[in-house]
Amino acid sequence: MSSILVFSTEKISDPAIDLAGLLKQHYPPTVYTISVPCSSGIKPAWIMHAFEKGFDGVFIAADGTDCPFSETCTEKTAEIVARTHEIMEEKGMDKARLRMAAICSVCSQAFVKQVSGFSEYLEGSD
Amino acid sequence: MKKRIGVYICECGSNISDYVDVEKVRDAVKDEEGVALAKITMFACADSTQQEIVNDIKEEKLDGMVVASCSPKLHLFTFRNVAERAGMNKYNYVQSNIREQVSWAHSDKPAEATEKAIRSVKAAIARAMLSEALVSPVISSENVALVVGAGIAGMRTALDMANTGTKVYLIDSDHFVGGRTAQWGEIFPTGETGREVITGFYDEVIKNENIILHTGCKAVSKAGSVGNFDIKLKIGSRGIKMDAAASGDFDERLEKAIAACPVSVADDFDFGLTNRKALYRSDGRMPALPVVDRENCTKCGECVKICPEIDIQIEETYEEIKVGSVIVATGFDPYEPSEGEFGYGEINNVITLQQFRRLIEISGEKLTYGDREIKTIAWIFCVGSRQTGVLKGENKYCSRHCCTSGIHAAVLARKKFDGITNIHFTRGVRTYGKLETIYEESSVAGDIYLQSYDDSVPVVSHENGIINVKVDDILTGDREMEIDVDLVVLVTGMVPRADKTIGDIMKIPTGLDKFFNEVHPKLKPVETVMDGIFLAGTAQGPKNITETLNVSHSAAIKAHALISGGEIELEPTMAKIDKKLCEWCGKCLEACPFKSIDKEEYEGKTVAVVNTSTCKGCGMCLPPCPVNAIQLTGFSDREIISMIDALAE
Repeated sequence: MSSILVFSTEKISDPAIDLAGLLKQHYPPTVYTISVPCSSGIKPAWIMHAFEKGFDGVFIAADGTDCPFSETCTEKTAEIVARTHEIMEEKGMDKARLRMAAICSVCSQAFVKQVSGFSEYLEGSD
Repeated sequence: MKKRIGVYICECGSNISDYVDVEKVRDAVKDEEGVALAKITMFACADSTQQEIVNDIKEEKLDGMVVASCSPKLHLFTFRNVAERAGMNKYNYVQSNIREQVSWAHSDKPAEATEKAIRSVKAAIARAMLSEALVSPVISSENVALVVGAGIAGMRTALDMANTGTKVYLIDSDHFVGGRTAQWGEIFPTGETGREVITGFYDEVIKNENIILHTGCKAVSKAGSVGNFDIKLKIGSRGIKMDAAASGDFDERLEKAIAACPVSVADDFDFGLTNRKALYRSDGRMPALPVVDRENCTKCGECVKICPEIDIQIEETYEEIKVGSVIVATGFDPYEPSEGEFGYGEINNVITLQQFRRLIEISGEKLTYGDREIKTIAWIFCVGSRQTGVLKGENKYCSRHCCTSGIHAAVLARKKFDGITNIHFTRGVRTYGKLETIYEESSVAGDIYLQSYDDSVPVVSHENGIINVKVDDILTGDREMEIDVDLVVLVTGMVPRADKTIGDIMKIPTGLDKFFNEVHPKLKPVETVMDGIFLAGTAQGPKNITETLNVSHSAAIKAHALISGGEIELEPTMAKIDKKLCEWCGKCLEACPFKSIDKEEYEGKTVAVVNTSTCKGCGMCLPPCPVNAIQLTGFSDREIISMIDALAE
């Protein structure tokens, strides 16, 4: 089963992931989460390290427009993804192994759909 | 690097241990580097377990702690307090969420859940090993609060805070206070009218020197953070010179001016049952001054000719305030049935509960609607609530107040008007607790109750001027019952306010029911995930007036406790610059939404320095740095990398 590292955010997407559990909305158990204050603070080096250590995919559960820090969060997180995609491309990696989607604080179904679909993609691309 | 970490794996009763093999988890982590002890607990949050952990920290000289249990949103602060009580720095504690994100999420795959729990706990241990003993920064806090919404919840909250010495800005977008409560006549169980209750609160508000009331006012922007929010208020004009009421014959001239106003619009206060002018005053509502409805006013000037105190040219003003906390008490909207829902909008004599309550207030000796005198009323319950089965809609919740309110309205109608027959079409009556007495009173008086499930709801039809309601009644063994009635009242529930602006400005998350969401219904019932922002009343979800007041007291106490000390302890999460690596390029300053980066000279070069009094710890400055010279406290490269390594094992 493919493994996915999720970078989620303490205030916004963490509650959604918690809610998925509360509602027993299942997703692959090889999805692991690291919480950060804001998705715009994720370093590309962290993402690349996750790939180096064997994660098949990295998913950024972004704050989107709900970000409590800045209205520019969506574009800043997108910049991080774009820069990481460049690095992945240089290394000959499939860019689709890094995905990002805004996950609001009650978007449990969206989270489950995203990581489940991502897992299926990664399984298929093995 | 920590060398003596205590690890506690919680069974959470059986919430975790039913799906995660906690003994296997303990065995897998007990010999990890830095782990001094690993224990399984039935309830880590129990007082006895907390004391056991305190004793372990002292006796085993632990220098770090991991509790693998529920979400940190629930018990992070509980276990930080445990660490502090034992003399350990609270930031050497790390919580691993193996309930919401492991046992519950993967209850379908226990073996895999156990494997995920092992890795998650190992990641927490890795983070605890690298954790630093930090000191929480303390900021000064304004002992000033903003209460948004001057309905019964907002006024109760404002009074509670003001009476303990907090300065309160109380605002309402309406030009009158009282919110929904002001719209109701007699309320159950006290027998007071909504207007009497609101007038009592208003009188107290006006007399209280600690409360500044702005009506026709909205918060339009928010900056800053807990303790020091900068809020911009937009204060609309009433269109009346405020000293107008003092002039002798003002009331008489005002009546003439209102009569001269050529505009007639549906009056929202009466849910469209009556009309009002663009210049209007609302009988008995507070403040008593009239208002020019600027949205509908044509500026024809007819009123000004009669009453020069009216000034339709007065523009809105803006005021910037600094407050320590914000309490959102913006209330609810009544559910508006869709076209054709139980005949609403298609059959003339189908109205909502809220309309009926106003109809009682504005009716004379006879109860009439349209051209018809009302004698027989069908009450259809749970409209807009408990939308399951054949009922289409997203509102799965019970609106709590409507069974009581609907039956109370039926009792009032029977008392006030002669010959009323009430037929109730329920899905099970929920007049809970002490409210049950109104159900008994109604039943004894002769009201008829029929009941159906969500797979067979009442059908309202209309033919040749006759309104008919039909249902398969489960109380009589699914017998089809039907009756011709004069009026159908849809007992409509509560939905969130259509205007979401305040939620967007304050960044308050909503729940699945679309109402504003508290952190936890039991542990943090009035707190939001946004520090310093609290909820009061039905903005949070359906409540009756008693429950609304209880929650308002809670919100006031929580907000007061936070800001009244003048100081607030913050999380120590902040950006830190490695001056040796930094070669000032300005990209961090460009990325920082709070402009918390300054320049300084260091060993002959210009470097960035973080302004710790304004840094919010978002980390947005980290990724743009071309030389990786910035670390975030608690989320450093070492900590993140160590967790990735542990999870990837």
